[in-house]
Amino acid sequence: MNNVCVYCEFEEGRIQDVSFELLTKGRSLANQLNCKLEALVLGEGLAGIENEISKYGVDTVYIADDKRLYPYTTLPHTAVAVGLFKETKPQIVLMGATSIGRDLGPRISSSLTSGLTADCTNLEIGEYEDKKAGRTYEHLLYQIRPAFGGNIVATIVNPDNRPQMATVREGVMKKEIISETHKAKVIRPDINQYLREEDLVVKIIERQVESSKINLKNSSVIIAGGYGVGSKENFNLLYELAHTLGAEVGASRAAVDAGFTDKERQIGQTGITVRPKLYIACGISGQIQHIAGMQDSAMVISINNDANAPINKLADYVIQGNLENIIPKMIRYYKKNIK
Amino acid sequence: MYKIIVLAKQVPDTRNVGKDAMKADGTVNRAALPAIFNPEDLNALELALEIKDRYPGTRITLLTMGPVRAAEILREGMYRGADAGVLLTDKAFAGSDTLATSYALSCAIRKIGEFDLILAGRQAIDGDTAQVGPQVAEKLGIPQITYAEEIISLVEKTIRVKRRLERGFELVECPLPVLITAHSTAPECRPRNAKRLMKYKRATTLSERHSASDDYLASHLEKSYLAITEWCAKDVNSDLVQLGLGGSPTKVRQVENIVFQAKESKVLTAGDADIEWLMQELITQHTIG
Ligand SMILES: Cc1cc2nc3c(=O)[nH]c(=O)nc-3n(C[C@H](O)[C@H](O)[C@H](O)COP(=O)(O)OP(=O)(O)OC[C@H]3O[C@@H](n4cnc5c(N)ncnc54)[C@H](O)[C@@H]3O)c2cc1C
Ligand SMILES: Nc1ncnc2c1ncn2[C@@H]1O[C@H](COP(=O)(O)O)[C@@H](O)[C@H]1O
Repeated sequence: MNNVCVYCEFEEGRIQDVSFELLTKGRSLANQLNCKLEALVLGEGLAGIENEISKYGVDTVYIADDKRLYPYTTLPHTAVAVGLFKETKPQIVLMGATSIGRDLGPRISSSLTSGLTADCTNLEIGEYEDKKAGRTYEHLLYQIRPAFGGNIVATIVNPDNRPQMATVREGVMKKEIISETHKAKVIRPDINQYLREEDLVVKIIERQVESSKINLKNSSVIIAGGYGVGSKENFNLLYELAHTLGAEVGASRAAVDAGFTDKERQIGQTGITVRPKLYIACGISGQIQHIAGMQDSAMVISINNDANAPINKLADYVIQGNLENIIPKMIRYYKKNIK
Repeated sequence: MYKIIVLAKQVPDTRNVGKDAMKADGTVNRAALPAIFNPEDLNALELALEIKDRYPGTRITLLTMGPVRAAEILREGMYRGADAGVLLTDKAFAGSDTLATSYALSCAIRKIGEFDLILAGRQAIDGDTAQVGPQVAEKLGIPQITYAEEIISLVEKTIRVKRRLERGFELVECPLPVLITAHSTAPECRPRNAKRLMKYKRATTLSERHSASDDYLASHLEKSYLAITEWCAKDVNSDLVQLGLGGSPTKVRQVENIVFQAKESKVLTAGDADIEWLMQELITQHTIG
């Protein structure tokens, strides 16, 4: 009762990374709150899934393996999650800010009349003083997120309603295996007590989901291109540099919106969060929403023809000039000096 | 012939935040941001209009909750093809989070009465929460289809929709009534129609008419379509406890300005010597290679 629960997303035969990241965060929150960490997995073909999840320090995993639960549709997942939460009464529920989590989260929160904060960039435990009511709440979940287009950060709390719900984007939290040998207790609830015939009205006719080929989050070197790259053709320079250095290519939203590269490469508040050893920003001005996704990079190089570009303030090295000239030189002098 | 309700919100244009958007004390200067029709709500309106193109006689009602000036987007929607507008406005709604907002909207939808389809935007750009659509659907006890990119077919009481997912798409089928949220990749909304602009230019809400001249009001008495419906919390039979700040489970504890730690940076030129030096430096540090 009153534990921390993570809804684990199951897609294409595996639990999504964002769920492992949340389990890691959930473990630390549960330690602070002195409660248990629970996981909920709904899907089909889940044999052995508990072994994957246990490693993240989960105490109890609820598994429902049923063909009505895969692929994901809103109503059956809501019915099972809501039914279960009414019994287990978690104090905190976390889910990924993914296509699935952002479809399911609000539906569950409405059904349980509980508060939900989308796209949190940090979660902490703390107290809250309601000055008007003259009351202080302890051990609340601080749901910290950018607001107003990313220009401010707000800390949201849910003093009275439970569970306190939050979604978090992939890459924002770090995943960390607690113990390879840890074994979670497995509970397999009978979902027929929650599912009704009406929950099955939405039919999936066709579905095409690819697993990501781009592995930005785990790259130690990222070459990120912005609007200043100028064209799709010029992005080839970045791929070439990335290929030479064994790096991955990322982008700003302006570059994605301009069609220079794919949405999957977008770094920032509404994209992915990265923490590479080296981040090379090419033709990126460094607006707050972009910086939100790369500020934890160990080293930053900015290539920009504007000496006053805001990103330069965050950079260890600023190369002033046109990226069209600079990138080929970087490739040349890397090849010349390596080994 | 279908009855469609489109949910639309007037939002500050956070996409073009200028330097004066933040006040010196770190709060948002709302006055410096223009108020616009939430972009994905225009996609939602377009999906509704496409249905109306295919099934003439379809009736589109735009519903918005907000301050009196939010009637601007109702008129905007009428210029583009919506048949009627409803403004839900009351001090009791102030400070509502998404849950209290969806409760108020669901009460207004019940008051509007029959509907086959509700269309909303995926998310409003002031908060990017993407919660109100699914929450309204839950409150009304109807299914939802989020991130719609295209309505593939609508035959009698069955709709087929293409959904945009992060890494792919999905084609789903569902019986009406259903709530659909539109993704930004859905067709862009058609522009204003000149004839409709003339027709609805003077459409106003009761609050707006309070401050209008007599001959202006006379033109209204003749043309009932110029009256935009305006409802308060009581009109839609809502329970005050579930509205506004009090009805919102989420509270804002604190708002902070963002400050980034500036670094001491080394400035290099694009010259060969500088670039070669940097690449050697990175290799010796084992940052690359
Ligand atoms: C709610 C919200 C969410 C957002 N989320 C994100 C997000 O997740 N990620 C994101 O990136 N943005 C996001 N944005 C957008 C963000 O505000 C900026 O618009 C965007 O990051 C700008 O991209 P940019 O730096 O590539 O383009 P610009 O700001 O146009 O900068 C281009 C830069 O290139 C330089 N340049 C031009 N030509 C050359 C050349 N030949 N050689 C070298 N340098 C050159 C210029 O000096 C300039 O500094 C978001 C905005 C909002 C409102
Ligand atoms: N005050 C409102 N009035 C009408 N519709 C709204 C309101 N708030 C949100 N919506 C609808 O719900 C969608 C999602 O909003 P949000 O959850 O705020 O991101 C919007 O795109 C609108 O279609």
